[in-house]
Amino acid sequence: MSMPFYASAEQIMRDRAEYARKNIMRGRPVVVLKYAEGVLFVAENPQSTLYKVGEIYDRIGFAAVGRYSEYETLRVAGIRLADVRGYSYDRRDVTGRALANAYAQTLNSIFTEQQKPFEVELCVGEVGETPAEDRLYRLLFDGSIFDEPEYVVLGGQGEPIVAALKDGYRADLPLAEALALAIRALGTVGADNGKPRDLSANQLEVAVLDRGRPARKFRRVQGAALSALLPQAAEVAAVPTEGGSIDLDATEDPEEGSPS
Amino acid sequence: MPADLPAGLPAAYLAAGSPSFTDLLRSVAPDLLPGRRPLPPGQAGDLAPHGTTIVAAAYADGVLMAGDRRATMGNMIAQRDIEKVSAADAYSVVGFAGTAGIGMEMIRLFQLELEHYEKIESAILTLDGKANRLASMIRGNLGAAMQGLAVLPLFAGFDLDADAPAGAGRIFSYDVTGGPYEEQYFAGIGSGSLFARGSLKKLWRPAMARADVVRVAVEALYDAADDDSATGGPDLVRKIFPVVMLATAEGTARVSDDEIGQLAEAVVAERTANPV
Repeated sequence: MSMPFYASAEQIMRDRAEYARKNIMRGRPVVVLKYAEGVLFVAENPQSTLYKVGEIYDRIGFAAVGRYSEYETLRVAGIRLADVRGYSYDRRDVTGRALANAYAQTLNSIFTEQQKPFEVELCVGEVGETPAEDRLYRLLFDGSIFDEPEYVVLGGQGEPIVAALKDGYRADLPLAEALALAIRALGTVGADNGKPRDLSANQLEVAVLDRGRPARKFRRVQGAALSALLPQAAEVAAVPTEGGSIDLDATEDPEEGSPS
Repeated sequence: MPADLPAGLPAAYLAAGSPSFTDLLRSVAPDLLPGRRPLPPGQAGDLAPHGTTIVAAAYADGVLMAGDRRATMGNMIAQRDIEKVSAADAYSVVGFAGTAGIGMEMIRLFQLELEHYEKIESAILTLDGKANRLASMIRGNLGAAMQGLAVLPLFAGFDLDADAPAGAGRIFSYDVTGGPYEEQYFAGIGSGSLFARGSLKKLWRPAMARADVVRVAVEALYDAADDDSATGGPDLVRKIFPVVMLATAEGTARVSDDEIGQLAEAVVAERTANPV
């Protein structure tokens, strides 16, 4: 008589987490950060119509990495939740916290009850009346939820990006400088020989929750509006990378020198 | 229903489905939909206030819509400052005549219908698509309309697919069984619309400038109020003036009360000089 196959609950959970984490790591990263006038979303996304960043409600935006079909399902569900709430009560009664909670519950029940967890990592961003009321919630595949004070990095090999953000972040960055910082941070991974990559406008998906806009605060920054921000962004980025490039030259020289 | 929404996302929200908010409500909260509530037999038309005259007119940059501010209940004025014209989305405007409560609810649902689609699909519906959605909402109210709770919208917008801005302002009217019926040049609905349309017929010209078309609309509403007791004229005492909205390539905008106030005073002064 054959013995039934046994795996401990701990082992099952660890395998699921491992599976989800591995697939999320493969995705291109997204950076979400608070800036002076609201919340900025910057995704490295060469696909122009399969968005990683989206509008949920008046003051709430969404960003995700991982499997497109799964985070698209969650984005649509978030819009449905927000719109039904806003229609039943009032538009001001729709909050980022309620939405992030709903996502956390849903991700958690999928993680524990289903064979395959969702391979996604999400950020719910909310812009308030004042900078102190801006919120960033980071959600993991198992429903873990974090209220982040300054910025969120989703997917990819996050450590160098976090390090770059930690280096240059200030709460009162204007939009162009915040964008420059995010682009510089995204460029630190996937580089050749540790050299930061230059990301051009058509590799980026950029959106903001802009406190200054009426009613619906979400706005995609694309086309001419994005190009207009970029040259300025490049100038600002140039100052700190000069310091960095000296280090890089120093490390590259021995490498180039060794074959000769 | 909404009070006891589960903390997580309900299964219906996670299911693949249509980008229509009305379709979503039908499956998750049908009691929030107008036209789904059972009505007791009998006429109910006298129970609720009625909104009256709305006009719309195309002009050089797009289209204008204007409405008076009165709601009536029988021979009484129920409200002096109701707003019956609003932006439907970034490029279109909508107004209603008829039962005020149902009209307000329909406009709110229509605005959300357009916004919901836009967010889910990351694209704006075509102007004809928007007009057709509104028609299906009117059809849903047919039962109530037959009991006296009719509401009729007027819809106008800037057509982003048009070749030139001169032809981009388009107007759609409806009847209780639906529609839409595309109107040429200008249109009016509500009890005073007969007089407003007569006024527009004499004053409207193709490709008018913004200032001219706004003045023509204020005059048309003045003429409607002159002959129809359910339409409110400009209230110079309380400073309550018609709502005038424009839809152009730059989006929708409401003309300021200051500007309409000055125009209304000019129109009244002109009529005072020639009281016929």
